[in-house]
Amino acid sequence: MSHFLSPIFASGFFESEAVHIALAVGALVAVVTGVVGVFTVMRGQSFAGEAFGDLGTAGGSGGYLISVGPLWGFVLGNVISAGAMEAIGVQRARGRDLATGIVLGAGIGLAALFLHLYTTEHSTTGATVTILFGSVFAISSTTIPLILLLSAIVLAIMLTIYRPLLLSSVNAELASARGIPVRLIGVLYLLALALAAALAAITIGTILSTALIVGPAASALRLTRRPLTALLTAAGIGIGALWLGIVLAYDSFHWPPHGTIWPVSFFVVTLVFITYLLSGLPEARRRRRADRNPSASPLAQPATPS
Amino acid sequence: MSSDGTPASRDILTVQGVSVRLSGRTILDRVSFQIAPGEFTGLIGSNGAGKTTLFRVILGLQATSTGRVLFGGPAHPREHARRHRQIGYVPQKFLFDPDVPLRARDLVGLGIDAHRLGVPRPARARRALVEEMLHAVDATRFADTRVGKLSGGEQQRILIAHALIARPRLLLLDEPLANLDLGSAHEVVALLARIAREQEIAVLISAHEINPLLPVMDRIVYLAAGRAVSGSTEEVVRADVLSELYGHHVDVLHVHGRVLIVAGAGEDTDLAGHEGVFPGAGGAGVLS
Repeated sequence: MSHFLSPIFASGFFESEAVHIALAVGALVAVVTGVVGVFTVMRGQSFAGEAFGDLGTAGGSGGYLISVGPLWGFVLGNVISAGAMEAIGVQRARGRDLATGIVLGAGIGLAALFLHLYTTEHSTTGATVTILFGSVFAISSTTIPLILLLSAIVLAIMLTIYRPLLLSSVNAELASARGIPVRLIGVLYLLALALAAALAAITIGTILSTALIVGPAASALRLTRRPLTALLTAAGIGIGALWLGIVLAYDSFHWPPHGTIWPVSFFVVTLVFITYLLSGLPEARRRRRADRNPSASPLAQPATPS
Repeated sequence: MSSDGTPASRDILTVQGVSVRLSGRTILDRVSFQIAPGEFTGLIGSNGAGKTTLFRVILGLQATSTGRVLFGGPAHPREHARRHRQIGYVPQKFLFDPDVPLRARDLVGLGIDAHRLGVPRPARARRALVEEMLHAVDATRFADTRVGKLSGGEQQRILIAHALIARPRLLLLDEPLANLDLGSAHEVVALLARIAREQEIAVLISAHEINPLLPVMDRIVYLAAGRAVSGSTEEVVRADVLSELYGHHVDVLHVHGRVLIVAGAGEDTDLAGHEGVFPGAGGAGVLS
């Protein structure tokens, strides 16, 4: 068995505890980001995900500086940012670009300071790379309870507010006419997004965390017509990208330059990108077929612009 | 309905002297009218007359400066909570994003339980209800298509099903005929009239064009610059009544079964029914 698979799984892959942790955390994070991400895309809030990536950099580097570990830093940084975004109205269309820009600038400035202080003090740039690009192989087993707790919180929020969130994401006016507290639902959702971004940051780094939230979700929305299926598809694509990314990164130890592994985040984001490109194919094929034979699908007519 | 403004028990909706002032501007000025169960009411007025604001007041989303809205007779302590369950609402025209992963039947299903927490469990009764509603608005054909890929008229029908499936007693539709071609507009009006009759649901529909609604309206609420007159079409669509409402002389012309409301010479007002106005309406009869 291991002989047969050795071209795919380099020796030691299944024995390494670091790999076990990486695979387990990767799968969990993929499920969380997939479920949250579908709504991020539907609500057009990828800018908020991006903002958490940048602000998480400040939180994570602050966490390093005071030795509580990056995940606590991401979580605190993102939750505080979520509060700030809500206070200055990021979720409302008017002025949200401005508000996001101001908060982001301050966050990146703080991150620059924290990372400078840390690298000066420890004469190493390891923290910078870990925070910006993640290090899923370096997650210590003591972090796992916190990862489990955060994932459980996010999934609990999402399953609880699923229906009101779905309708408010499709159309806020329709939702408020039904008596749904659209603003409260939006705040709860922003909190779930903040925590999901922290979990994504611990696996593939703050800079690329948005890609893991938005990428699989955007592909899933192209592939399915049903909301629950979209959540499952996004989670599945995320798991596939993370696991394959982990395998490839492990294998890359034997690739040039020998003796180091390529960043997992590189593989994950590349796989997410390729999946997104491929997910456009079924629709393109349908459209080609419809063009060739318009009478075959009378329902394929586009919505009339208003 | 009673003329002195006290709610008669049989009225489903009583709007009593409602005024709305937003940052010094009067949007609605002492608007009063009543709607009885199963009645088809047209809320007619040009853009900016206050139709959407009036809908928001009825939905409890806009506070009034004076006056009140009573639902189904006397005031109830849990008025607000009851209101959302008894009013169906089809908002002013918008188009769904084609990317939204929602089939037409999913959106109709959300009409049953979108306010509830948790994930919907598949149930035969729920599916049957959705199917029945899709059939009622003649949307079975495209039930499994994404809402964002449907035409404007098809999306409209899905939104009506979404509003109706909660079994409201009053259905509000904000400008549902805007941007529909004439054929689709007639279809939607016929559909609504049938639903109002069959299911005893009162329909309040806003429009800036009076003619498509003429054959089906039981009552008209005519809104101009925030003020309203209401009554039967014969009572309201008269030169003297509308001239008083607009504050200057207007003529009401009947041409080939259509009503044209024309401003007097030198007046430059945006009037309902203006789409059908043409300068040489000379030989047409004037009602008053």
